[in-house]
Amino acid sequence: MDSFLEDYEEAPAVVVGGKRRRRRRRRSPATQAALQPLLHLPFLPPQPVSSNEHKSNFKKSKEACLSYIQDALLQKQWKRAAEFLTCYVESLEKDYSREHIGPSEMIWRIGTEILWHHSQSRMKEFSCFMEQMKTLGVKRYLKVCLEHVFHLLCNGQIDEAYQNLSLAESWRFGEQTAIQDKEIKLIQAYRGLLDYCSWSKQKKILLEHGEDGFADLAVEQEMHSYFRKAAVNLKEIIKIPGVWDVFVKCYVDLLEFYGEYNEARQVLNEYAYNSKFPANPNAHVYLYQFLKRQGESKKSLLSALKILHDIVPSHELMIDFNTMLQKSKKRKKRQLGLEVIFAALDYAGWKENAKAWSCLARQVKQIVISEKHLDWIKQEWSSRKDWWPDFHFSRYLAKRNWQENKSLSHEKALVAGILLGKGRIFFFFFHFIEQK
Amino acid sequence: MDEEDTRDFNERCAQCSEVNWGLTDGGRFYCRSCHNVTERTREVVNTDFITNSRVQTISKGSKKQEKNDGGCEWYICEGFQLVLKKQVEALEALGVCPQMKDEILCNFWRCYLQKSKQAYCKRPAGETVKTLSVCESSTDVDSDPERPSLLHLLSLSESEGDLQTDCSFASSVSKVSESTSVYSGSVDGSLYLMKNQKEKLRMTMPMTLSFCYLALLWVREPITLSELLRFVVEGHIPYMNVFQHFPEKMKLCGLDLKIFCVESWPEYKEVFNKMHELAAFLDLPRFPDITESCFLHPDMLCMKYLMEANLPDELHNWTCRVVKKIGIGEVDFLTLTPGNKSTRKVKYDVLAAAVIVVVLKLLFLLDDHYEWLLSEFAEERNKNNTEGGPYFEFKKWYEVVKHSLDVEQKKLDEEKAKYLWRCEKPLFYSVKNKSKVLKRRQMVVNLQNQFGKLSGSVQRAEKPNPSSFQLSWSEENTDGSCFHGHSLKGVLQEKCGLLTVMNPDYWLCTVKLCNEKLCGHLAHYREVEFPQSYHFVLGLFSFLLRIQPSYIHDEVCMIEHRLFNKKLCKKLKYNTVLRKMKRPKTSSIKPI
Repeated sequence: MDSFLEDYEEAPAVVVGGKRRRRRRRRSPATQAALQPLLHLPFLPPQPVSSNEHKSNFKKSKEACLSYIQDALLQKQWKRAAEFLTCYVESLEKDYSREHIGPSEMIWRIGTEILWHHSQSRMKEFSCFMEQMKTLGVKRYLKVCLEHVFHLLCNGQIDEAYQNLSLAESWRFGEQTAIQDKEIKLIQAYRGLLDYCSWSKQKKILLEHGEDGFADLAVEQEMHSYFRKAAVNLKEIIKIPGVWDVFVKCYVDLLEFYGEYNEARQVLNEYAYNSKFPANPNAHVYLYQFLKRQGESKKSLLSALKILHDIVPSHELMIDFNTMLQKSKKRKKRQLGLEVIFAALDYAGWKENAKAWSCLARQVKQIVISEKHLDWIKQEWSSRKDWWPDFHFSRYLAKRNWQENKSLSHEKALVAGILLGKGRIFFFFFHFIEQK
Repeated sequence: MDEEDTRDFNERCAQCSEVNWGLTDGGRFYCRSCHNVTERTREVVNTDFITNSRVQTISKGSKKQEKNDGGCEWYICEGFQLVLKKQVEALEALGVCPQMKDEILCNFWRCYLQKSKQAYCKRPAGETVKTLSVCESSTDVDSDPERPSLLHLLSLSESEGDLQTDCSFASSVSKVSESTSVYSGSVDGSLYLMKNQKEKLRMTMPMTLSFCYLALLWVREPITLSELLRFVVEGHIPYMNVFQHFPEKMKLCGLDLKIFCVESWPEYKEVFNKMHELAAFLDLPRFPDITESCFLHPDMLCMKYLMEANLPDELHNWTCRVVKKIGIGEVDFLTLTPGNKSTRKVKYDVLAAAVIVVVLKLLFLLDDHYEWLLSEFAEERNKNNTEGGPYFEFKKWYEVVKHSLDVEQKKLDEEKAKYLWRCEKPLFYSVKNKSKVLKRRQMVVNLQNQFGKLSGSVQRAEKPNPSSFQLSWSEENTDGSCFHGHSLKGVLQEKCGLLTVMNPDYWLCTVKLCNEKLCGHLAHYREVEFPQSYHFVLGLFSFLLRIQPSYIHDEVCMIEHRLFNKKLCKKLKYNTVLRKMKRPKTSSIKPI
């Protein structure tokens, strides 16, 4: 252990006070050495090998190749990317997957991208490529399978996709199977999803026939078996915290069809309110829609929307929320309604939404006419007065709104008139309208 | 060990009845007492696949001649001999004189084998430790106490920094060796890597090029080291994957891969230094003189590089004057005298490029200001006066050359990135991972085919013929992109009948040179500290020679110091007085 030096003589005395230093100086070096703790020098990095710089030309060349591929991908030059990938695949022969993303993963990802976009590539070649990638890395076998399935689905090959999912599900590879249990769950879930699709097809057939007065028992039985298969897998995946919008939607649809409303409600509540799940606006949307379908009380509807408002104040359901709140008899709720609609209109997406503006106009007008709670408007306006005039009530917008949507223009003019006072914009609007 | 070799031969001598046998070079037994040579010979490995082979490879018994995998016993030096043969044949095809192979290189190689005690000596080094292949190590490990244990061997091969390439073989050594122990396809592969380097110059792949260059230098062929290395990279001289030309019977595996598999391009400095070490090791006499008529003389090389850099021919007059002034055109300076430590080793190509850079600095200053000023004057003059040859405009030259350089550099970078490193013949460290290697190889080929079809580019065309020029400028082009005929009148003035530079100043790249022997460099180049124009010129020659700009910078500093030696001495004295004041980064000096 040469590098672990124990240095007696050169160890600097780590002393702060001058007094101690003086005393120490008087001591003989021997006693000093005995009293001082030994200084353990830390390890130095290994000396760089003299000619190491050029020894990794292979690696350097492949790294350069990779960056050319990335440039080509960014510029959608698929041919060029394929050209460089042809040279990059050599690095596979060196891949022992020490690094996090080794060449084989790179090749899988890049190759997929190229084959997907390249005009000359066919699905058959794509599948062939995927099969090779599956053999290349057992560590991401199921991921590759899943990706393959997505591409098959995008290509409309639903049966092949289903087959691939079943095959992947039965894949066994020692420890690797256990390590990839999350991927297995996903694969099962997607199989469940495809079962749901089949179920829904059968349902359609059945309903059409039902109108004719036929009730095909075989079709019905088949449909039920699809239901069972789908339900089992879908139920599993939504237990795991995550964003499972598509699975939840399908599962709830199944449950509702068979009248199991309680379970559906439970699933949706869990999905929306379980704190282990990531915040997901759609969870509240689905819950709200379900409650609405069920004809639930206003209170529960409002509480679902309140949370949605907190997460996404610009959500399209805010119109519904505002309408419901405006109708409320409670002052507080009406005030919240005003807040909601003002907040929604803060977002550019709502700028030209006539419905939103009419909601705001109606409520503002009501308040002004009743001369009660004018302070609500003031309060909302105070934080917006320095940017809304430019954001919503500019000359340019006035002209364009008038040309494109007369009713929007009217609502906005009304709001502007109240908010800005009977000032320049208000008159501008009407002056403009009169001119026409 | 002769005794070991002759141990099995117990017959009495027909003449003197003694049993005291020795071996002749031909592998025959001779009696040490009466020098009677018998008809009996030792069994010698069938070396008929190596044309030039004079190496004594003595087999340890007929049963080992053919290993069970169909390979035969071979020694590392035989491998290198094959590599050298391929390389020199390629050089011959490029047009070097035919004597080089048999008369020069072959003799150097024999001399090397003898000096390194691998052959042509009484006791070949390899014999002492015999072989270290796996099959033997188990049988007579106790009989040879001198033999290092396998464990020791392993630790050596792993700790020795310069052997550790980044290649997978190195990393897989530790893994494989635990189960199968160190082994190699060649007889002495493992031994080769653990040899003490101090006393011997061990052969490496870059060393094969040192050999070639040494031979080229001996016959004074018009080829520089940078060119040689460029030909290697361009594939005109076998280097990468050269083992694929080995005969079928020479199996490479295990530690052999470390020796013959290269994953990097040869590096100028390494080949250059090894060449000098080799020349000293071989005790070669002074090389043939490099005279003014030789290609490697700076005046000749400057002409070539001036043409390639698209600079006016008139500059040659100036490079010659600089060369003469500082004596770097002298035969004694240029000619290689092996083992002479007092003289600096000459990198002919870098030296010539540096001379041009110094001349450009003398004429144009290259301080990002003066050269543009001169260029403006020249432009004005060219506008008003079309008679006679045009004045050289630095700006125009910069634009034209920069454009071509960028294009070529881009091409080169892409080619480097697209370079295919693997050959048809797959290599595997051990039989154990053979199938895995083959499978990977197959997959790579499949993927290459698949994406090759999508790339739309035609499969790589035949490699272009080797050319000593990378950039070419023709005066026949009427677009004015060739500056060879342009005149330097704008930057010169007549003084006492002599043309001198108008520019009264000069700046030195460095005031003090480093000790090359201690520091490894004469100077230290940091791009940001130097003017852009200077960097551009360095970059241009760095591209032409395929070496780092700092190599040329070192040489520029050396030339400047020879050129300004007297003035610098005065200046340094003066500076010591002023040392406590500001220390200038560069200093300006009046030119010659």
